Amino acid sequence: MEKIKQIVLDTVKEAVFDEQERLIVTVSPKELHPLIKRLKENNDLPFDFLVYLIGTDDGEQLTVTYLISSSKNPSVEIILKTATADRENPLLYSVTDLYETAHFNEREIYALLGIRFINNPDMRRFLLSDEWVGFPLRKDYNANPALNPISVESRDIVDLAPRIMETENGELVEEIVKIFEDDDYIINIGPQHPSTHGVMHFRTALDGEIVKKIDIHSGYIHRGIEKLSESLTYPQILHFTDRLDYLSANINRHALCMCVEKAAGIEVPERAQYIRTIMDEMNRIDSHLLAWSAQTNDLGATTAFIYGMREREIILDIFEKTCGGRLIINQNVIGGVMFDIYADFQKDVKAFIPYMREKLKEYDRFFSHNVIALGRMVYIGNLSKDDAISYAVTGPAGRASGWSCDVRKHHPYALYGQVDFKEIVRFQGDSYARYLNRLDEIEESLHIIEQLIDNIPDGDFCAKTKAIIKLPEGEFYQHVEASKGVFGVYIESRGDKTPYRLKFRSPSMALVSVMPLICRGEKISDFIGIGGSMDYVIPDIDR
Amino acid sequence: MILNYSQPLELSKLTSWIDTALQSALPGFWVLFIELLLVGIALLAAYAVIAIILIYVERKVTAFFQARVGPNRVGKYGIFQTIADVLKILIKEIIQINRVDKFLFFTAPFFMVVASMLTFGVIPFGQGLQAIDFNIGVLYVTAVSSLGIIGVLLAGWSSNNKYSMIGAMRSGAQFVSYELSAGFALMTMVVLSGTMQLGEMVETQRYCWNIFNGHLASLVAFVIYLISGHAETNRGPFDLPEAESELTAGYHTEYSGLQFGFFYLAEYLNMFIIAAIAATVFLGGWMPVQIWGWDAFNQLMWYIPSYVWFFGKVGVLIFFSLWVRWSFPRLRIDQLLNLEWKYLLPINLVNILIMVLIVLSGLTLTDIFGK
Repeated sequence: MEKIKQIVLDTVKEAVFDEQERLIVTVSPKELHPLIKRLKENNDLPFDFLVYLIGTDDGEQLTVTYLISSSKNPSVEIILKTATADRENPLLYSVTDLYETAHFNEREIYALLGIRFINNPDMRRFLLSDEWVGFPLRKDYNANPALNPISVESRDIVDLAPRIMETENGELVEEIVKIFEDDDYIINIGPQHPSTHGVMHFRTALDGEIVKKIDIHSGYIHRGIEKLSESLTYPQILHFTDRLDYLSANINRHALCMCVEKAAGIEVPERAQYIRTIMDEMNRIDSHLLAWSAQTNDLGATTAFIYGMREREIILDIFEKTCGGRLIINQNVIGGVMFDIYADFQKDVKAFIPYMREKLKEYDRFFSHNVIALGRMVYIGNLSKDDAISYAVTGPAGRASGWSCDVRKHHPYALYGQVDFKEIVRFQGDSYARYLNRLDEIEESLHIIEQLIDNIPDGDFCAKTKAIIKLPEGEFYQHVEASKGVFGVYIESRGDKTPYRLKFRSPSMALVSVMPLICRGEKISDFIGIGGSMDYVIPDIDR
Repeated sequence: MILNYSQPLELSKLTSWIDTALQSALPGFWVLFIELLLVGIALLAAYAVIAIILIYVERKVTAFFQARVGPNRVGKYGIFQTIADVLKILIKEIIQINRVDKFLFFTAPFFMVVASMLTFGVIPFGQGLQAIDFNIGVLYVTAVSSLGIIGVLLAGWSSNNKYSMIGAMRSGAQFVSYELSAGFALMTMVVLSGTMQLGEMVETQRYCWNIFNGHLASLVAFVIYLISGHAETNRGPFDLPEAESELTAGYHTEYSGLQFGFFYLAEYLNMFIIAAIAATVFLGGWMPVQIWGWDAFNQLMWYIPSYVWFFGKVGVLIFFSLWVRWSFPRLRIDQLLNLEWKYLLPINLVNILIMVLIVLSGLTLTDIFGK
């Protein structure tokens, strides 16, 4: 830490430090870019992983918070903050040249807070349309529906992107660039398409069957969850987490529960921890099974799809018996779990483990070595480790590129510190590595469940909490390993029963943002196949 | 002839009875007219019935592969499901789409249906159950079945939809390529049988099916014909023109109601036609299993009507086709063309040469063991 402090002081003399759980550095907008660059390029511990990019309206100024970490040791994190007081035309410097993942995040901040970033190559709004009046996350936002009426008119898509670039002598130039060339053959893959795994819109320029360029439009199902959360109490917000990445609903909810529990100092009973960990892993198996199925379906193997669904059904039945929900199980609450496990839970889960292992072998025989399947996956959609880090691609996809980024290993939470499991890392970085990673992670999850299922201690399954939960003033972060990657929760509290600002870090956004890179030059059918191997869920992006 | 009283259920008896009855009652022209009409109606009926049965069979077989139940609500085991579907598709609205090339758009489905219907004329469904036995039957089949691609291309072109266009272009490339292989495989068999007439081909296979007759060369031709035939029907793993997960529905995305029904119908019928041609050319067609010298056994086999043999063999081949379709993922366009141009076609060319040598040097099984 001291070393990092020294680096910061070397670059920016007047940096303000604030040491809590993590080092917080506040700098002026102009100094931010050189400082991040310095931190990223230091040799001991390069801070090359941008975990969060959060915009906040502090009332007077608009603050942007960067939580950066190192790919070598993701447990080290520092927070950088910068702010602008200009509310009319706020401008900050972009870090897109350092972290590719900043690109979409900055565009999102522009849409929600109106901050434009200098040197970002494409400063269109993300999530919201260009005609949207007002910036929703500002505290003085006018939510009058008359300002933004629902339009039923057909609108043409304009492939033009505004941007602000800084010239060498320091002048700012506003310009508009074309996204596609004039004679490109563009097809719209999405928003309604069988294989986009949600309402995602890829405008794809084709050269014959080959993908030349992809432009991503998002926001078709944007629900403004972060904005809504600002007026809801913490137990109410819990239900939103399920509606982000619905496939790892339980894991997302776990993240928010932990964040609130940590902030409010609530002790979670041991039994609840066991139940949460087992349920998280069941949820992960469920999600990976669906990912496997969907990927095979994208490659045209319908039968494999149904096989995956068949096994998933058993997990869903166990969920249903536990608490009535199947996809979204509503089990985690602040302080523990809402329902205790049912009497035969252990028996059912123990019967499932050998069954699933048997089926994994069947998947292997049926699909993993099929010559056509190999041709569709091996060396297709190559993602290098550097790109994975720069685009912040975590989860099975990031680990398929050789980046050890499992939160369960680097920031153990719940019972992950006590169980024995392998982090599955592969180095090929292609679709096939991602495919195999998921199947192997199912095996590891089974292994984790096996270790816990017999040892669930007796006792309470939920701690007593106050009727109204208020968090102390401060900023709280919590990330968990969701099935798609690092899912994070950031809460800024001002001591109320509602958060002042709440932000979810969505793993799927990184997975989608890397698609244009890894699909360039591939065939259109491989674009679908690669999408399947990345396994993104769109509601996670369109928060 | 001994066979005449040993085939109580043979349909050729019915047809010849109708023929004699008409001959005795009407002048020659009217006999011909009525018979042509009857044949036409019979073929159209067969066309519809086969399609309905195939769709039901495919749904049930697929359900079996996929650990599902399949249709089970309309009638016992859902046997009336397809009939209900047909009725539904007949009364569905045909949606008019803006900015399509109307004439070509409406013509395209007919090309598909007509192409597959024309092939029906030469398929020998059983003894005497063949509308016309050309002396160039094999050539006719190849020529007529390739008309379908025009329908696909027109549909893709006229739909004014980029997905359809990509699907049609893929289909064009695929069809032209695999037509070659299928043609060559059939040619190999023509060399072996010494005839292009389908009826005669069945006759030459009385004691030894073509698939065995030419040793390995025949078997290779059979496998190649199955692969390329399967590719011609646009069904998985060769369903790139439709590629439901990529191109929504490919060339027939914009079609609705009965027009879509035509494409659907043609797809199933093409599957049947490929299986029927393969059964006729390679597996002895409607000819029952006959073994040289086992007269009693042979006669017993003739008790099973010839059309049962034919549909039995076709059924086995269709089951194979379904098995392949529901097991493999889809090929990519470059893999598809590689398979054809780098593997199947060269193998085929060598194969036909080997077959010529086998036939010329008198090494076929029939040559060796005598007739």
